[in-house]
Amino acid sequence: MLVSRVSRAGILMLRGLSRGKLTPITRAGYIQRPYGQYLQPWFERQTETKVFQGSIFLKHHNFSTTTTANASEEGSEKEETISVTFVDKDGEEQHIEVPIGMSMLEAAHENDIELEGKDSDTYLIQRFASLHLSNFVLLGFNERACEGSLACSTCHVIVMDMEYYNKLEDPADEENDMLDLAFGLTETSRLGCQVIAKPELDGIRLAIPAATRNFAVDGYVPKPH
Amino acid sequence: MAIFQARTWLSRKAEVDIIDRLPTPFGLVRSGVAPDHPETKIVINQFSRVARHDRCSFFGNVTLGSSVSLLELRELYHVVVLAYGAESDRELGIPGEDLVGIHSAREFVWWYNGHPDCKNLDLDLKNTDTAVILGQGNVALDVARILLRPATELATTDIASHALAALEESSIRKVYLVGRRGPVQAACTAKELREVLGIKDLCIHLQEADLLKTPKDEEEIKNNRIQRRVYELLSKAATTGPSNPRSGQRELHFVFFRKPDRFLESDERRGHVSGVHFEKTVLKDVGDGKRIAVGTGQFDDLECGMVLKSIGYKSVPVDGLPFDHQKGVVPNIRGRVLHDTSGDPTLLEEGLYVCGWLKRGPTGIIATNLYCAEETVVSISEDLNLLASKASLPKPGREGLLHLLDNRKVKFVQFSAWEKIDSTETRLGSLKNKPRDKLTTWEDLLKVARE
Repeated sequence: MLVSRVSRAGILMLRGLSRGKLTPITRAGYIQRPYGQYLQPWFERQTETKVFQGSIFLKHHNFSTTTTANASEEGSEKEETISVTFVDKDGEEQHIEVPIGMSMLEAAHENDIELEGKDSDTYLIQRFASLHLSNFVLLGFNERACEGSLACSTCHVIVMDMEYYNKLEDPADEENDMLDLAFGLTETSRLGCQVIAKPELDGIRLAIPAATRNFAVDGYVPKPH
Repeated sequence: MAIFQARTWLSRKAEVDIIDRLPTPFGLVRSGVAPDHPETKIVINQFSRVARHDRCSFFGNVTLGSSVSLLELRELYHVVVLAYGAESDRELGIPGEDLVGIHSAREFVWWYNGHPDCKNLDLDLKNTDTAVILGQGNVALDVARILLRPATELATTDIASHALAALEESSIRKVYLVGRRGPVQAACTAKELREVLGIKDLCIHLQEADLLKTPKDEEEIKNNRIQRRVYELLSKAATTGPSNPRSGQRELHFVFFRKPDRFLESDERRGHVSGVHFEKTVLKDVGDGKRIAVGTGQFDDLECGMVLKSIGYKSVPVDGLPFDHQKGVVPNIRGRVLHDTSGDPTLLEEGLYVCGWLKRGPTGIIATNLYCAEETVVSISEDLNLLASKASLPKPGREGLLHLLDNRKVKFVQFSAWEKIDSTETRLGSLKNKPRDKLTTWEDLLKVARE
């Protein structure tokens, strides 16, 4: 009983964390200093694609924190939203409205998509367990370790309808590099940080992969293919 | 090493103490991740939040085995989790391996990342223009990239200052990445490969004949997205790369189907390496769809003044810890440490757990470690449930550890002391336009921690 509750709670937390529920401070810190000292070298050596992505990222920032200002200054166009459904591993659906221009990762954040069953001990222990487990191929932290800088695959989502998948721009090489390492990769997998809301995507359904859950329950170790 | 104290688990008041032999936390995020991968290090933000948690304490500068024994820890805590990874190296076991100029990639990585144990690595980058890296995994690519990237580009990273100074004066222009198998089997991932191929003004060499695929290769590629994309990148590099390097231009050579047979000693500089004698290989089926590289009896040499072995890490046991020397891991079932290597699941070491590289061996990406940790945590949860029903005795926990360390005059470094190191490094870094300038000696680290 406890076991299943604990493991479930842990997973829910991890899943919640992947949407940053517990990371508001960091997130704000990062967003506000994209040209800060720490990240400067990284931005400086971006390829064109990445710079482009970087600018999208900055754009989210504007939308997510100064929506009102934008709306009043630039008219009503920017207030437009599309409807997005997140489907979790149990098939439970969450419908949210996402402003045009915002990434699905940010949108999931802003909407606090679930964080039920928070268990601080399990959280603590799990954070610990991974605290000292590092690896030279540091690409796949949980809780979107890279904070949107396209350096991990933790915001992996699966576009549920091919029709919508085809409306997305093809993933850039850098996104594909990260998807290589995502668990439970499918033909319609994308990184949530790279799926940007646009009018054609109204009604899109995104499944959140259930690799973690499967593992904890049956001992299945997912292979990073 | 991470320790999980779960004294009052059921009341949800577990305390967790982390013990680390270094005065600095974050393991390989600090000493392993390359300095030019700052985005990967962002995860430190999350780690720090955990470490600052009310019921969590960090004890740096405490060495398992000398400051405190495993037996003592097990007496102090209900649960001990070993997560100290792999701090040693696999060896090739071939003649000449101890010649001067041959290092493990781990040592080189520790050196450029300012690990206090490798600051004084006897690394000579000025006496040769050629380095051979044995292995083609991501560590090998990291190492190649650091050697080949213009030092000016590294100057604004958190690379250790001694390493930057040495790289600025480096005479190395040619780097060979040598693998026993072919481009289809290269053990790297596309991101790292793309990065090294994209180094400014670098001339890439690889034999087009090596790119020919057998039907078996085709099958492998079809079933593995990573291998497919790595192969595609290599093929593309082979066809688009400039063929004739200008004089002084840096070169990266991918060499496939070669296994090191012995190291060659220099005639002029006795005791120094002057090259590697390789045996050509072919792939041979060994069943299960697995293929290994076997020697063909044909040999060739590569001249070089430096060799970095990137062939894998090895965990080291501590006293009182069951250890499988063959596999280099602690025998365990889902993180529960077993009494011996017989695999008998009933012989459990109570309260002792393992995760990460020490549990599985030094492979996989970080996410693999996350699942690995989750598995161990589930095992702990299950066992604690039983432990609670047995109404086990309270244990001294953190208080006991403090007492013990105090008695032994072990001067541990708490998280707040690490934060002093952190801010000092950041401040020093800002003077040099670096995100941080790492303190790289034990003395400096401990001095700042105690200020």
